[in-house]
Formats: sequence, structure tokens, C-alpha cells
Amino acid sequence: MIMVLKFPSPVLLASSGMILLISFLSGCRGDGPRQDRESRFTIDISDDDLDDFSHVRQIFYSLPSPLEMAVLLKNSGAGYNEELLNPVENVSRYVTGRSMALNLGIYTTDLSYASLFDQTQTCMEYMDAAKRLADNLGIIDAIDDYSMERLEANLGNREVIMDIVSETFMNSSSFLQENNREPVAAMLLTGGWVEGLYLALNLVDENELEDNVLLDRIIDMRLSLEIVMLLLEDNSYNNDVAGLITEMEKIGEIFRQIDMQSTPIEVVQDPDDPVTLLRSSREIMVDSSIIRQLKTTVAAIRNSFVS
Amino acid sequence: MRYFLFILPALILLGLPVKSDGQCKGFARRICKLDLEHFIHDGNYHAAILAEGEEAELYKTFYADQNYRIAICGSEVLPDIEFAVMDNKRNVIYNNRQKNFEGIWDFRLETSQQLMISLKVLSNGNPGSAPSSGCVAILFGFSDR
Repeated sequence: MIMVLKFPSPVLLASSGMILLISFLSGCRGDGPRQDRESRFTIDISDDDLDDFSHVRQIFYSLPSPLEMAVLLKNSGAGYNEELLNPVENVSRYVTGRSMALNLGIYTTDLSYASLFDQTQTCMEYMDAAKRLADNLGIIDAIDDYSMERLEANLGNREVIMDIVSETFMNSSSFLQENNREPVAAMLLTGGWVEGLYLALNLVDENELEDNVLLDRIIDMRLSLEIVMLLLEDNSYNNDVAGLITEMEKIGEIFRQIDMQSTPIEVVQDPDDPVTLLRSSREIMVDSSIIRQLKTTVAAIRNSFVS
Repeated sequence: MRYFLFILPALILLGLPVKSDGQCKGFARRICKLDLEHFIHDGNYHAAILAEGEEAELYKTFYADQNYRIAICGSEVLPDIEFAVMDNKRNVIYNNRQKNFEGIWDFRLETSQQLMISLKVLSNGNPGSAPSSGCVAILFGFSDR
């Protein structure tokens, strides 16, 4: 991730700079391609910066989580189709770091999707598959025995299941980030994102694209793809991540064919409603052939991940 | 005193890897997650150790027709945290300064948008004292309308 540092005064510069530099080298959370850190560190200290007490210490790129994507699918009126999921039998195929990370994301999205449709047995199976991959990736206690027992004891309780899924995903991503394995975390998130798009494209009714909420959510993925790209570029010093950028760019090329115009956001605060409304409208021009093209491309990429 | 001058840098050197963002996970889970209340945590984890005066930015796509809660919280040792939510042209659409630096904000979008959240740990205003630092976590929850 990009890190910009500014220092408050020349007096503090030496000590703060030394401490921060040491912190980078000593394994505090990495925030950018390693080869770029020193140059950014040097370039960003200017006289103006020394007068400015503010520091941008960290930049985060937040992708829709597997759980959020599953909720978006469900709320868009999508149905459940188990045939679309990556079969759990495939789990033994994943032996490289890349395939394990991508498929941990994919299985977590499948697990989230199944949980929202109350597919209890499938939930257990996908939780188990995700646990195997997390264990093999060395993610300690991402899915511990307590989570499995809690899941088993609450199979009919969707709210608790969603909480368990959310918690296990947080365990995996936080463990990877805290242990300087951001490229693995980026691949996990990308795998989950691609699976969400794959499911959506296979669940949308291609004959009913007019006023189709699920189609809207698919087109919205264009926005989050920009964040996927930033996240991957930030970790592109890793060869596996660099390879993924090429794949994601194929999806980006298709998305860019969709013409989307939004009006500026107007903030509407109803005194009786604690939820602020951000009002805006947009126009989308999309041809069904673009959606078909997107579906084919995403399927090819996703199938290359799971095979 | 002379020994202290040698020991202090050594403690800093030894202490830094330990005082990593790792300690923020428990903080995010035990403290900040409670601020989401009835909102479902999306499972994403964003936390870092920040000192007074430091800033962080976060980019995220928020989807239409879904209620969201942003929950931003910092360790007890930290002063207030100011945060602003901006659109993709950096127009400010919310700043918690208007709400006495409250750490949560609930909103809903009519169309999906990519938003930027910018936060800053304010200074406690004691120029002579060492700036305090601690965990800052940003969590998101969602719910159906």
C-alpha cells in the first residue's frame, strides 16, 4: 500500500524518521511494494511537510467481503444454485500458495452464499474446506474448533452463521496482514471477489436485463474492480499477484465498455431517521453482448483458479 | 542515566516488532465491533497503530439500497478521531466534527459509489508531552433497509 509520511519538525525528524524506518525494516505492517518504500520515504519529506503536523500513515483498500457479496446477491433477488459452487472435493488439488489463497477466498464466498440460503449441510462442508486451506496456508486459528462447534450448534440460525463467517474471514485476513503476508491476503480477497462476480453473472437472467437489480450490482463491481487493481498493484512485487493483474485487466477492459454517468451526491438528513440518505442517480448504457462477454471472461478466469 | 540512554534505543528497537498492528486485532474485535450493534460486520479488517496527528485513508465501494454503518474507534489513550467521508471527487459529504467526533455514522446510498474515508487522530494539545499512539480500527457493518 502507498505510504506517505510527513514529519512535524526538524527536531523530531531524526528520531521519528529513524524509528519509523526501523519499524518498516523490523516487520511492522508493510504498506507498499518493498522496493518503493525507501524512495517514497525520502521524496515525501519536504520543507512544506515539516510545517505540517499531519501524516498520512496508512492507506487501506477495502473490497466487498465474501459475506457482503453474498448479501448483495440475495438482496438482488438471485436464487440458489449449488452447481455453481467450487466443489469441496477440489480442495486437495490446491497445493501452491497462489491456489490455496485464491480458493480460500472462493470457498469463503461459496460458504457465505450457501449460509444466506440456509444450506446447512453445504455450510459445514465449505467451512471444513476453508479450514483445510487456511490451515495449509499456516493461518493459525482462522477457523478453530470452537467456530466449527458453534456452527454445528447453530445450523438453523442464519444470523449466528453470518457472524461466524464474518469472524473467520476477519481472522484469516488479519492474520495475513499482521504477519506481513499482504500478497496472500490480496489473492484471498481477489479470489472471493471473482467468485462473487462469477455467481452473479451465472444467476442473472439474461433475457430480463431491463430494471434488473442483479445486473445493477454486477455493473457496480466495476467500481470495486478499481480497488482490486489498486490492491494488486500494491502487492505486485509478488509474482503471483503480478500475474493476477493481467487476468483482472481482462475484466476491466470489458467493464470499460459500459457507459455509466452518475449525478453528484446530495446529502439528505431526515431528522426522524438516524440513517443519512446519499441521493444520486445514474444512467447506464449496456448492451447484452457486453454482459455475455463478461460472463465468458469471468468464467474462464474463475475456472483457471479452481482447476 | 548513561545506561538509560543506551537501554532506551534498545527497548525501542526490541519493542517495535512486538508493538505491531497485531495487537489491534483483539482491540477491533472486542471493542470496535460492539459499535456495529445490530449491523452485520462484513468481516473486513482495517486497523493500524497511529499516533496523534497521523492520518489514514480508506477506499471502498458502497452499494445501493443497503444501510451501512462506519465504526471508527481508537484506543483509550488516544484523543478524539476526526473522520470525513468523501465522494470520488473528494467532496466532503460527512465530517464527524459536526457530531462531536462521534465514531459511528449510518448512511444509505441511492446508487452505488466509491467513497473515501479520511481519518485523523487529533492532538491532545500538550506541546511538551510525547505524542500518544494506539490502535485505530475502521469497521463496516451493513443491514437490509
